[in-house]
Amino acid sequence: MSLLDDFLVRAALAGLGVALAAAPLGCFVVWRRMAYFGEATAHAAVLGVALALGLGLSVMPSVLAAALLMALLVSTMTGRGFAMDTALGVMSHTALAAGLVAVTLLSDVRLDLMAYLFGDILAVTASDLGVIWGGAALVLGLTIWRWSGLLLSTLNPDLARASGIDPRREELVLTLALAVVVAVAIKVVGVLLIASLLVIPPAAARPLARTPEAMALGAVGVGALSALGGLWAAYQFDTPTGPSIVCIAALLFLVLTLAGALRRHPA
Amino acid sequence: MTTPLITARDLTIRRGDHVILDHVNVEIRAGEIVTVVGPNGSGKSTFLRALIGAIRPSSGSIERAPGLRIGYVPQKLAIDHSLPLTVRRFLELPHRIGRTRANQVLAQAGAEALADRQMVDLSGGQFQRVLLARALLEQPRLLLLDEATQGLDQPGAAAFYRRIEEVRREIGCAIVMVSHDLHVVMAASDRVICLNGHICCEGTPAIVADAPEYRALFGTGTKGALALYRHEHTHDHDHDHGPEHGSDPHHHHSPDPASEDAQI
Repeated sequence: MSLLDDFLVRAALAGLGVALAAAPLGCFVVWRRMAYFGEATAHAAVLGVALALGLGLSVMPSVLAAALLMALLVSTMTGRGFAMDTALGVMSHTALAAGLVAVTLLSDVRLDLMAYLFGDILAVTASDLGVIWGGAALVLGLTIWRWSGLLLSTLNPDLARASGIDPRREELVLTLALAVVVAVAIKVVGVLLIASLLVIPPAAARPLARTPEAMALGAVGVGALSALGGLWAAYQFDTPTGPSIVCIAALLFLVLTLAGALRRHPA
Repeated sequence: MTTPLITARDLTIRRGDHVILDHVNVEIRAGEIVTVVGPNGSGKSTFLRALIGAIRPSSGSIERAPGLRIGYVPQKLAIDHSLPLTVRRFLELPHRIGRTRANQVLAQAGAEALADRQMVDLSGGQFQRVLLARALLEQPRLLLLDEATQGLDQPGAAAFYRRIEEVRREIGCAIVMVSHDLHVVMAASDRVICLNGHICCEGTPAIVADAPEYRALFGTGTKGALALYRHEHTHDHDHDHGPEHGSDPHHHHSPDPASEDAQI
């Protein structure tokens, strides 16, 4: 019997894979104040799931396409003078609502949809695992490869241009990576909680970090700990896994923020 | 004459129906200090951003000398508090540089003590010196400064401009700066360009200060400050600058240092 036959081992590996990709990417989401952008991309995933189930396509590519389309539409809208939060508010909720409507219209998969809204990490198959780790490796690779350019573009687009970096290209990389993370994380924490895995681990790592790299590494640690801790808690207390993971992440955020405050102002 | 480092030829930039820059022709030559002055919304920052290539001309062209290295100090840089970043790491973006080189440029910019500080903890003046250090990294032949002393009090601004002059002496780069601090800035300039969508007038500080186009834009309120320049450098005492001094609505002479600093 191979190790991957154990559903708990598969779940743990899936959670770790998502944490590894989401944490460094999440740092940029936090630095650029685009937390809500992650949310909108995730909501688009519902529409992707609905279309995939209705039209008999495979879920992962459909989610990826919907998330990318959403990201590009939002960029176009802000480029045409809509405020970012307005564009996101319109697109994000439209996608979520249209997705929920489409699901009921297209087929009777209402029960299935719950798994996509809240994730079902315990049902991860070995091939799911392959997709999750493939996607995570892609995102992690992209993030590391473009790290400096992304960081400088985040600081100031003009400084980036003066250094010969095209900030719009870096933004596109970020958007693409975000769509991939959403698509692979959907099984683990579900559409409604994906944004939390992007935002909470970096926010938790911030108080103790002095450099961007330290913050990203810290976020990976917090993310991994949350995934494993949440899995353990769900097993122990028979709670839903995705929300348990997010609760552990929130707990770590609280503890590290207090620790950071104590370090700055020792009693 | 040497060939210019950078040339703006019939540079026109429109945003929608609005013409921001209208057929601007400027040549910057090696080693000179050029100041661009103009009221708010006159296209000063747009002009600089066009020079670094951040904005594409609607028509006309920007020509650079082959291999020209440009250092750029942006108008403002808001670093989100969620981003931990030491000064040293900031200098290492996007390329790694050695510790020696980092210390070297920090010293040139008068910021040697700041290397291990967090960017978000710096005061306004310290922040500007770090931005200057960053701009010096690539040994620029052209240094562009966009309102580099915004938020500094007058002694702070004056110290910053003295620093700029030292930098030019050391590395011999040309400098183009955009500023509101007319009195301080113009004193240090070889040439002043008065911009208001188009070039109103240009020349040495004294010529521009006397030009009717300049007076029409800035009134006589800054004349007193310019006289300061003349006292120091040309001993021209002809102009009465008493009563009008400080009456220019475009120009704030003595900002409260504390409140200005707090904005950074």
